[in-house]
Amino acid sequence: MLRFALRRLLVSIPTLLVISFIIFALLDLAPSDPTANLPLTIPPEVREKIRLSLGLGEPFLVRYALWLQQFMINEPLNILEQWTGWTIGDSENRLRVLSWATRSPVVDLIVARLPQTLWVVGMSYVIAVLIAVPIGVISAYRQYSLFDQIGTFVSMLGFSVPTFFTGLLFIMLFSVWLGWLPSIYDTTHVVRDWDSFVFQVRQMLMPTMVLALANASQISRFMRASMLDNLNQDYVRTARAKGMRERTVVLVHVLRNSLIPVVTVIALGVPTIFGGAIITEQIFRVNGIGQLLIVGIESADIPLVQTLTFIFAVLIVLFNLIADLLYGMLDPRIRYD
Amino acid sequence: MTRTRRILAASAAVSLLAPAAMAERGADGQLNIIYWQAVSTMNPFLSGGTKEVEAASMVIEPLASYDDGGAIVPRLVTEIPTVSNGGVSPDLTSITWRLKPGVTWSDGTDFTAEDAIFTWRYCTAPDGGCAQSSYFADVESMEAPDPLTLKITFKGPKPFPYTALVGAESPIIQKKQFENCLGARAPECTEANFGPIGTGPFVVKDFRANDVIVLEANPNYREPDKPHFQSVLFKGGGDAASAARSVLETGEFDYAWNLQIEPEVLGQMETAGKGVVKVAFATSVERIHVNLSNPSSALGPDLRSVQVADGANKHPILSDFSVRKALSLAIDREVLTEVGYARTGKPTCNILPGPDIYVSTANDACLAQDIEGARALLDNAGWVPGPDGVRVKDGQRLSLLFQTSTNSVRQSFQALIKQWWAEIGVESELRNISGSVFFGGDPASPDTFQKFYADVQMFTNNFSGVDPEAYMAQWRCADIPTPATQWQGQNIDRFCDPAYDALVAEMARTGKLEDRARLAKAMNDKLMENYVVLPLVYRGGTSAHAKSLDGVRMTDWDSELWNIADWRRVK
Repeated sequence: MLRFALRRLLVSIPTLLVISFIIFALLDLAPSDPTANLPLTIPPEVREKIRLSLGLGEPFLVRYALWLQQFMINEPLNILEQWTGWTIGDSENRLRVLSWATRSPVVDLIVARLPQTLWVVGMSYVIAVLIAVPIGVISAYRQYSLFDQIGTFVSMLGFSVPTFFTGLLFIMLFSVWLGWLPSIYDTTHVVRDWDSFVFQVRQMLMPTMVLALANASQISRFMRASMLDNLNQDYVRTARAKGMRERTVVLVHVLRNSLIPVVTVIALGVPTIFGGAIITEQIFRVNGIGQLLIVGIESADIPLVQTLTFIFAVLIVLFNLIADLLYGMLDPRIRYD
Repeated sequence: MTRTRRILAASAAVSLLAPAAMAERGADGQLNIIYWQAVSTMNPFLSGGTKEVEAASMVIEPLASYDDGGAIVPRLVTEIPTVSNGGVSPDLTSITWRLKPGVTWSDGTDFTAEDAIFTWRYCTAPDGGCAQSSYFADVESMEAPDPLTLKITFKGPKPFPYTALVGAESPIIQKKQFENCLGARAPECTEANFGPIGTGPFVVKDFRANDVIVLEANPNYREPDKPHFQSVLFKGGGDAASAARSVLETGEFDYAWNLQIEPEVLGQMETAGKGVVKVAFATSVERIHVNLSNPSSALGPDLRSVQVADGANKHPILSDFSVRKALSLAIDREVLTEVGYARTGKPTCNILPGPDIYVSTANDACLAQDIEGARALLDNAGWVPGPDGVRVKDGQRLSLLFQTSTNSVRQSFQALIKQWWAEIGVESELRNISGSVFFGGDPASPDTFQKFYADVQMFTNNFSGVDPEAYMAQWRCADIPTPATQWQGQNIDRFCDPAYDALVAEMARTGKLEDRARLAKAMNDKLMENYVVLPLVYRGGTSAHAKSLDGVRMTDWDSELWNIADWRRVK
């Protein structure tokens, strides 16, 4: 297992290098201009100077090599220095990946955004899993019952209705008409006591629920399908024939086996948490990673977009590996060595 | 009057007096502002975006501002220098500003002319990429005879000397803080760029790029009873409609900026009664630019949409004056305004819509649509309707490619105009291009507005400040974009007229305001009479504020937040 993991990790290095090159080339070839959103009152020759000050005068390969050096060497060194307090080399003049729009280190921007994304999107994922698994189990066990029909209807709804619609619907209902919940997320809010905790819950409620609905529908369908596959297996009949309680048969034998594919699905979905929820974050102004990406794309902030998409690529490669390893651990029939 | 009534009247009088008595710094608590485009940095020299300029205007200030009427008002100076008060030299080559004594930075140190000189050095340092360097382009030198006197010498006579360090786009930064951030080092000073020390009413407490800014009242602000608010939460992100909703319907925010949404939606939100919509006009005009050079795709890159001196490459259709005039006559500007902007716009026949002294009335006939007149004009010019209704002359069909940026209002304008033009026998093909490409200056892209690979195109342009000299100079022959200049140059129409260039040159020498106004009007009229650019709508800036917020004097001439120190909460 360890050898397998190490081998996979080594293979992923060239994969990621290729990915980073493709992202860089795509962003560079796409027509975009960091000065495009500036007022037209700024004359063209000033725009040209701005572009030059951003390093756009250098050839493509030089800029790519510079980004590689900044992201792969300078940034890790910087993190190491921050953790340990050491000074390695000429840290004063070591260039970090700088965002064009803010002129500040990209990694610092991402780190500042992580808390709200992890809270809102992560929490919605946890809630989605907590809701989806029981719904999937009951729906499968009582297939075609009223509960199953309702569950199917709700998950089809969650599947097909986009988050920008549910989000706006929720805002109209709970913020405009009823006035119960804030429609704009306050990222500066700090939880100090009970009241501020209640406020945090209130402002997280709508975005979390919108996302949880979408995620839960997907996972509950997987759970239901997987349960149905297992309920008709021979080992279930054997377990029942042995005189086991129905509870034990379903929750211990069937559930455990049905979870194997579902766990991989859940693991593969984790990178999307870090990716943020672009639309939902925008609607509720959670201003996490997803919103950062959109702002970066809109303002043609190439270093920011490049770094973010590359981090997503790393996470996806990593969680694919984790999903494979989990699979092996949960299912003893699968061995990688 | 009974006793009770007298008591009631007295208490009413007291309650009216109460706010005045309570007027002390920070008495009104927190102010919540929402800008749906999030702010990236607090250093306007490194960004140039309107949102950054306005956010920074709460913290750093210029010497003078423009008020809601477009009049110049002193901020950090005792008075506005003019020739008559001796502040501007008689030969118009220098201006001397007298700084207000006793002004301090928010860190308590003295504000001096050295800081102003440093700002000029900062913005003109090589490799700095300063976005506002055009404000300092004509500055020869700056000197400080004493700490409270700033003398700016220009490279030549400068009839309108209020550019450098005037208006929110060229504020003064602190020398001490930015001393080590010159030129290429500018982006490395993240802490200073995110939290500049200023002389303004607020100081940055927490800055989160592209998200939110928390500001607090400046304890060293020069007016002891201001600002009235103790703190400001400046939130960014989302879209214009939901920003409007947060002020007008849910009341979560006090002020929302740049609400470019469908007028009926905005009006409906306003009926909720929580806030009011404010519109301020300055110089923005939505217009159609006409390409006078040939944009045919059959031409090579050296000739397509390139103006050639002898006129050999002129536009096969649009070089005909009658066609240009007919295109303008067919447009109903009132309807366009009603559909796209309602009260946030006015139909206009001038490319130079303000300030008032520069506004010509010679072209107002264009406000009335005249389909019949347009048809007659084209008939007389020899354009005969073909079998499909599209006019033809010498085998040339009256067919135009009409491009603009992607934006729902612009697309509905395109559809309406296409219909009117069809009525006079002009066929048009519509095209819309993503704003970031259309307005992006990428010389490799065929879709930029500068390259103008189309027959007509529509967008909004304006000028900052109140002086139209540089704006009107855009239509000089020398400003025509060509491949040789990497398509830089702002004469989008490829208009070239020596008489127009002469007017531009004359304005550059003329100091008297009345004469300048006459010249600017003459230039405007020349463009209008030649129909090289077809103005459509005079657009105002649109913002909304809560009814509980008082003191907002919305301006489109400067930062909307220019007088935020005077904003207060009505109780």
